[in-house]
Amino acid sequence: MTPATPSSGAAPGPWRAAWCAFRRDRLALGAAGVLLLLVVTAIAGKALTEGWAVLDPATVRLADRLRPPFAAASTTLPVAARPPLGLYLLGTDDLGRDVFARMVQGASVSLSVGFIAVGISLVIGIGLGAIAGYYGHVRLLGVSVDSLIMRLVEVMLCFPTFFLLLAAVALLPPSIYTIMAIIGATSWMGTARFVRAELLSLRERDFVLAARCLGLPEWRLIFRHLVPNGLAPVFVAATLGVADAILTESALSFLGFGVPPPAATWGNILADGRSFLFDAPWLTYLPGLAIFVVVLAFNLAGEGLREATNPRLRG
Amino acid sequence: MVPMLRFTLRQVGQRLVLLVVISILSFAMVHLAPGEPSLVDPSNPRLKQEDVARIRAAFHLDEPLHIQYGYWVRDLATGRLVSFKDGQPVVGKIWERFLNSLPLFLTGTVITWLLAFPVGIQAAVARGSAFDRATTFAAFAMISIPGFFLAYLLILWTVTHLQVSVVGMRTFGFEGVSAWYRGNDRLWHLVVPSVMSAFAGIAVLSRYVRSQMVEVLAQDYVRTARAKGLPEVVVTYGHALRNALLPFITMFGLMLPALIGGSVIFETIFAWPGMGRLGYDAILARDFPVVLTINFFAAGLTLAGTLVSDLLYAVADPRIRLD
Repeated sequence: MTPATPSSGAAPGPWRAAWCAFRRDRLALGAAGVLLLLVVTAIAGKALTEGWAVLDPATVRLADRLRPPFAAASTTLPVAARPPLGLYLLGTDDLGRDVFARMVQGASVSLSVGFIAVGISLVIGIGLGAIAGYYGHVRLLGVSVDSLIMRLVEVMLCFPTFFLLLAAVALLPPSIYTIMAIIGATSWMGTARFVRAELLSLRERDFVLAARCLGLPEWRLIFRHLVPNGLAPVFVAATLGVADAILTESALSFLGFGVPPPAATWGNILADGRSFLFDAPWLTYLPGLAIFVVVLAFNLAGEGLREATNPRLRG
Repeated sequence: MVPMLRFTLRQVGQRLVLLVVISILSFAMVHLAPGEPSLVDPSNPRLKQEDVARIRAAFHLDEPLHIQYGYWVRDLATGRLVSFKDGQPVVGKIWERFLNSLPLFLTGTVITWLLAFPVGIQAAVARGSAFDRATTFAAFAMISIPGFFLAYLLILWTVTHLQVSVVGMRTFGFEGVSAWYRGNDRLWHLVVPSVMSAFAGIAVLSRYVRSQMVEVLAQDYVRTARAKGLPEVVVTYGHALRNALLPFITMFGLMLPALIGGSVIFETIFAWPGMGRLGYDAILARDFPVVLTINFFAAGLTLAGTLVSDLLYAVADPRIRLD
């Protein structure tokens, strides 16, 4: 039983019904639109900042330090160092780097941190949750696998997460991959619990018996039939998780442990900019607002998904 | 009474085992990670090879890990554990910072619960109204704004518009002024960071109160209460709210870790000498005894919180089975 593709004339499948409910929620739809725009910006920005010299976020122009938004570049600059149209759309920072180029580059960095961190947490969470839910009764050394995994979840929940994150980031070598891995490794517990609870009830259903009678291999039964049926709450948690990961990355950057320079993220543009709060307020407000809008969009879209995928909440 | 006692003992026992596992895991993690205290300042020309050897010997850093763990447990139990950095007793240091963090945490919690409950209840009662939609959106805005960014704006605004300073625990140089001004000054320094740390909590808790209330208000016994002609106030607060309150017992336990983890950023921004800051500085200085003990303390607090909430839950809800 795959989740979608209703046959003609039958009642719409659960995913189609969810999409219809989601489409009616104007706030969530708007949020999804913002996210789509953001993904396009991030991808286009990644290509442009790497391939187009005038939009290189690392170009230092000491003659044009702390220029406000829409300021024209000074004419003494060599042509290759001038921003597009000779304008700094969002101003420059204390080294004369183009904030527009840095924000666009930061969009792809922040988004990839969010998506990859959540991806890691999903892999760990779904894997452990599926094992606990399906093989939970198997005993290893006298302890059931289920209680072993659930105790691990409890141990992880007992660590103060941000403190753990900070300790790991401070002790491990700084790199963007460390940040992704650590955020992912400290945020999988909710997913594991969801998936386990779903599987515990799903494994007793008739379609599982049917699939087993057909002689399907167990891994296929778990990941092709059981997990997709329990995926809706996980999908919602993942959307909210991306928002959390972006916020966490910016908070780490703010404390000086984030993605190391020269890569620009919204978190470290904000962290660097706060020393110039009075001379160059845009260095603080722009990335702050950008983080706010994107995280809000992820949260609203996630909430819309929650309502759309939960038949009990559907009006 | 006997099943209750057995239930309590088993809960305590499980948590003690968890605590030991956590302490071993965190010990291994901290010690196996690259970087150690003798390498924090490699460019210091006065630190010679024999000094490094002496430091390593003094802190047992040359012993195998399980022996080091034994030393840590022994010293913690006897209160002799000292910080790598300044040789002060760790427990005393943490206790002092804990007393600093406590007022911030308590004020934040009181603000959170005082605001979240009325807002959540009102939103549930008037479901779908303009108030409900506005507070829902506001709650999402509140959890989406980066806390440190907002804290900066708030500090700026209080300084430029209200002409009060809010960074630190008190204003420097206010020692000679009257008790009234001093008290006021302390209050400002306490309330502004508390509001900041309560911000996200208000949003989350009010949403949770709302969804609980919405669910309870749809129950049959609420309809019965209305049908027999009780005033709406009695129905909402006497019948619905009392039943909706049950899950919030567990919230107490889950809020305790925020005492340490959630406060790092705000204690750093507001220069508040609390436990989060102590942990942050200890991590930077590779001051392992302090890092490990704070972590142990935090895990102990969390487990104690969940224990209390589980026991309260068992007492409050007769449907919970004790076996």
